Amino acid sequence: MSVLVDEKTRVIVQGITGAEGSFHTEQMLEYGTLVASGVTPGKGGQEIQGVPVFDTVRDAVEATGANASAIFVPPAFAADAIMEAAEAGLELVVCITEGVPVADMVRTHEYLRHRPTRLIGPNCPGVISPGKCKIGIMPGFIHKPGKVGVVSRSGTLTYEAVGQLSDCGIGQSTCIGIGGDPIIGTRFLDALKLFNEDPDTEAAVMIGEIGGTAEEEAADYVERSCDKPVVGFIAGRAAPPGRRMGHAGAIVAGGKGTADEKMKAMESAGIHVCESPADIGAAVQSVL
Amino acid sequence: MKIHEFQAKDLLRRFGVAVPEGGVARTPEEAGEIAASLGGRVVVKAQIHAGGRGKGGGVRLVEDADAATAATREIIGMQLVTHQTGPGGQRVKQVLVEAASDIDREFYLGITLDRTQNRVVVMASREGGVEIEKVAARSPEKILVETVDPSVGLVPFQATRLAFGLGLEGASVRQAAHFIRSLHEAYAAADCSLAEINPLVLTTTGDVLALDAKINFDDSGLYRHQDQMDLRDVDEEDELEVEASKYDLNYIKLDGNIGCIVNGAGLAMATMDIIKLAGAEPANFLDVGGGASAETVQNGYRILLSDPNVKAILINIFGGIVRCDRVAEGVIQARQNLETTVPTVVRLAGTNANVAADMLEKSSLQFVVATGLKDAAEKVVATL
Repeated sequence: MSVLVDEKTRVIVQGITGAEGSFHTEQMLEYGTLVASGVTPGKGGQEIQGVPVFDTVRDAVEATGANASAIFVPPAFAADAIMEAAEAGLELVVCITEGVPVADMVRTHEYLRHRPTRLIGPNCPGVISPGKCKIGIMPGFIHKPGKVGVVSRSGTLTYEAVGQLSDCGIGQSTCIGIGGDPIIGTRFLDALKLFNEDPDTEAAVMIGEIGGTAEEEAADYVERSCDKPVVGFIAGRAAPPGRRMGHAGAIVAGGKGTADEKMKAMESAGIHVCESPADIGAAVQSVL
Repeated sequence: MKIHEFQAKDLLRRFGVAVPEGGVARTPEEAGEIAASLGGRVVVKAQIHAGGRGKGGGVRLVEDADAATAATREIIGMQLVTHQTGPGGQRVKQVLVEAASDIDREFYLGITLDRTQNRVVVMASREGGVEIEKVAARSPEKILVETVDPSVGLVPFQATRLAFGLGLEGASVRQAAHFIRSLHEAYAAADCSLAEINPLVLTTTGDVLALDAKINFDDSGLYRHQDQMDLRDVDEEDELEVEASKYDLNYIKLDGNIGCIVNGAGLAMATMDIIKLAGAEPANFLDVGGGASAETVQNGYRILLSDPNVKAILINIFGGIVRCDRVAEGVIQARQNLETTVPTVVRLAGTNANVAADMLEKSSLQFVVATGLKDAAEKVVATL
């Protein structure tokens, strides 16, 4: 088993005719993802990588069926794309787009609050259940099917952790890149809940970074209700306060959101916290 | 993006937020003219992005135009050191000359995103003029908060409630409520990430005014505000950071001596962390982005080398869609073109990593090839 996506997931690619959208559609198809159709307003009737293109998400869903979407549209149109996917009734929306204005995400978050759609991202690598389905831009070949869930705010640091797991012979049930923006659809807490409820996930890895309090919130959940071992790492211990480290969310402001604070909260919640990002694979091995 | 106080006040004025009368001056003579036209006592304020200007000697209250000219002569050109500038300080190029206000009371007013709620909040406190983080830590009950419902925006009663909460009375309540609503309007219209008025003052004549103003813009929203992009002052930023931004490289200069080039912000932070764990200090944060090409790596390499503190370089790329052999090509070219002998440790993982390692080893350019994060950090620290 896995969470969020599996071999039955049918995907729509929004922004499929763009350079990113068409390239990653090809990559997803190659991995075995069921890409049912694509959407680009004004480009309905075309075909990209053998996938039919529609003008609206509703048209695409009616014609080909789908329960998930991958969004590759430019930042100015991302909020609109997310809301269109939610309105069409898709269960899962994965927004890869980086640089979505915060004000747009405030409105989008409110729109989604009244709907059953789950959003992953924006500004994230996506979701993958190894061997079953990949929605996003991560390199599929570094993953290995198995029983460890991975959740992370970062892209390549997730690949690093997954690479270490696979090298240790540890497979993954699902890897979720939740994104590095201040407002995201799915937080650590939500992802850990999914892993805790999934009978085939035996342990979880959470890779956080400086800024915000989402890791502390997740630690609180782990302490109260998570029955599975969790391994954690926080990036940005060496980062000076007041400087935004690449991700819009990664900033230590007003003395809040430091790596040490987060690591302390996670440790006291019973999470196995790695001092070094090189030790993630070995730490998971030790808790299984 | 940060802007100057005078720019923030210009923007606020356009939205009907009450700010003192005044203007910006780049010479002592200009300052004198502004002071003369205002008449009476004025405040001369150094315009740099860092806070704490008053304590550093960058803010003067003077009696007339001549005194304003004299004060400006001292302030412009000075290296103003505050708790936010670092020990070197920041050179002052211009001052804001404003009519002085007779202050009855000082308050705090701020608007920003509350990440736990995914909503914008308006915060106000009677403890104005001091560091609000300290108030928040010591006595959070002294900070009044109104959360903005995204479907309707800030509702008038919320602004009025804050005004009453500050202990205001009579006409001042209406003025303050109007002030708060206008500030929120500006925050929303300009895609701000922070709008802070500290202090907000009640004058002895009962008027509500923004004595100071700090505004930050959401970088992701800037594409829809060309006029706001023009407010950027690159003199307030690190020279190398400005240079890096031209190539879409996300570079932040730090104090150590190991330069690093990494793809992805999270991995870049983790690389800094592991350099520290290996016993050295990183010279920078540098994220070359998702599409690390030969060209971006070469630009990154060049920028790192222009930092005289850099004694060794660690290149850490986890190739996904990016092919490691392409990155290796860029690294080899960069080293040849830049004719450098700075020890360089390269760790490439992911797509075509083996091919890449082979290319580097055969290049006769004396790269140290590393196989994992830990190995890479230890090898680069060993070169010092």
